[in-house]
Amino acid sequence: MDYIRAFIVGGIICVIGQLLMDGTKLTPAHILVSFVTTGAILTALGIYEPIAKFGGTGATIPLTGFGYSLAKGAMDSVKKAGLIGAFTGGIQSTAGGVAAAVVFGYIMAVIFNPKSKK
Amino acid sequence: MKKQITKISKEKEYKKYVNKKVPKPSYLKNSLWAFFVGGAICTIAQFITNTLKDFGLNKTDANTVTVIIMVFLGAFLTGLGIYDKLGKKAGAGSIVPISGFANSIVAPAMEFKREGYVLGVGAKMFSLAGPVLVYGFGSSVIIGLLYYFFTR
Amino acid sequence: MAVKKIGTQTVKFDSPPVITGTSSIVGPKEGEGPLSSYFDVILKDDLFGEKSWELAESKMLREAVKSAVEKSGKKLSDIEYMFSGDLLNQLMSASFAARDLGIPFYGLYGACSTMTESLSLGAMTVDGGYADNLVAVTSSHFSSAERQFRFPLEHGNQRKLTAQWTVTGAGAAIVSSSGYGPRIDYVTTGKVVDLGIKDANNMGAAMAPAAADTIVKHFEDTGLPTSYYDLIITGDLGKIGKEIAEELVLDKGYDILKNYNDCGLLIFDNKAQDTHAGGSGCGCSASVFCGYIYKEMMKNNINSVLLISTGALLSVTSTQQKQSIPGIAHAVSITNNRC
Repeated sequence: MDYIRAFIVGGIICVIGQLLMDGTKLTPAHILVSFVTTGAILTALGIYEPIAKFGGTGATIPLTGFGYSLAKGAMDSVKKAGLIGAFTGGIQSTAGGVAAAVVFGYIMAVIFNPKSKK
Repeated sequence: MKKQITKISKEKEYKKYVNKKVPKPSYLKNSLWAFFVGGAICTIAQFITNTLKDFGLNKTDANTVTVIIMVFLGAFLTGLGIYDKLGKKAGAGSIVPISGFANSIVAPAMEFKREGYVLGVGAKMFSLAGPVLVYGFGSSVIIGLLYYFFTR
Repeated sequence: MAVKKIGTQTVKFDSPPVITGTSSIVGPKEGEGPLSSYFDVILKDDLFGEKSWELAESKMLREAVKSAVEKSGKKLSDIEYMFSGDLLNQLMSASFAARDLGIPFYGLYGACSTMTESLSLGAMTVDGGYADNLVAVTSSHFSSAERQFRFPLEHGNQRKLTAQWTVTGAGAAIVSSSGYGPRIDYVTTGKVVDLGIKDANNMGAAMAPAAADTIVKHFEDTGLPTSYYDLIITGDLGKIGKEIAEELVLDKGYDILKNYNDCGLLIFDNKAQDTHAGGSGCGCSASVFCGYIYKEMMKNNINSVLLISTGALLSVTSTQQKQSIPGIAHAVSITNNRC
């Protein structure tokens, strides 16, 4: 059951992105930025948490989920550590993904060469 | 002044005329592709999370490791030259998931290897993904601060 | 006194310069297209044995010059000037090729209009009596252009339906004061025209008004009927731009519907090769002219051509600063009036 929920929630979030790409002049970079920011804001407003509970990875794997982890991490840290948590919380909660992106990104760039398009 | 006005109306007219000529993307087909590929990527991630939980990881750790694995897969498929072909069909379906974030890091990093490892790979790696981190980290700090001041 | 100038923007040559030889090199994808049999060299690998795509592009340009010189029956040392340009920053392909060839060099930037820009200036130089043999040459490369203007190749994005595919190719033409071959009779120099299009994915629409302007000026200045030409061909307007140019020219009272085409539509089979609106780039009109059109002219299948290479004078900076795209187009009239 959680597979079907992840599929549907993840699919819907991607369709929103697709409609933005086709219907507006936004570039992929603009869409990713707005998805992260929207995810963070919706989390702060308490709207994303129920979506994440329902959709599981369907909500956490799209970039809105990255915004969700950032905002949730910041708020949880503020609860524990006070003001300094606002600065450390978000990055702490997403450190794994970001570090992985840097390291794997670098390794892949060293190993592989880009291929020309046919 | 008058010339300025006619220039603007001419440009507007031309824009309208061009817009009529521009073929419309097939929204339904593109959306279906985005839905199924995006959904499938999230389902794979769900499978990874569930498996990790079976191995005894707690929810937070399982989520983090899932993200790391998805980032690895995105990066690896980009290196193999598969992710851009997937993206051509799936569009946002493969751009929006975190694996697409990895794709946006590996693609420029690979391509600028010829400009060296510091100013090429190192500097260009975040040419597409950098803005995501800037606005992501930025909004998390602002939300943290607001949360601090409004919940006290 | 500008005795050779007619009308407002056109030059009529006293002793029309001859195109004594051409050569074209294209990439693998272009080699699979409908014009495949007309190209002199089709690369198997678009790196062309070089370390980067930029160097590969420069090599294509250099080899095109060498082979055009050979085919015109001349020696490299006979070539007095090289008029050349490309799309890369600071004309990397053209100037690096000129370094290796050792020909006195004028670097030109006219975006994708460079083929007719270089032919125009070359023809004027020859008719003016400043040279007997020179080369007009340009190139573009899909991968180097994508990287400079758009996204990295491996990025999984979707191309817009209005987007065009940069041609990997180079074309060189030897312009001489005498010899055997088609002649350049007129040159119409275009003005920069900008009707406010900002979408860098729809360059055909941005360039079409400039092309239409130059075509209309050419017929006004020369007084020739549009039926004078067997073929009126623009550089890289693509599907959408071609339709617009046709209608804009018709609007001014010139009917070119029968004999008009676009190099960007000829070089690829848009449906089968998934190139959306068609080919683009300096190499598009260069390889189509130096390959297809020149060879058909030599066989007398086409006897008069008005070639109008079209350029979009945008840069990454101008696009990011949300500026509209200025368009340019130069027309060169080439006919089989052989002496």
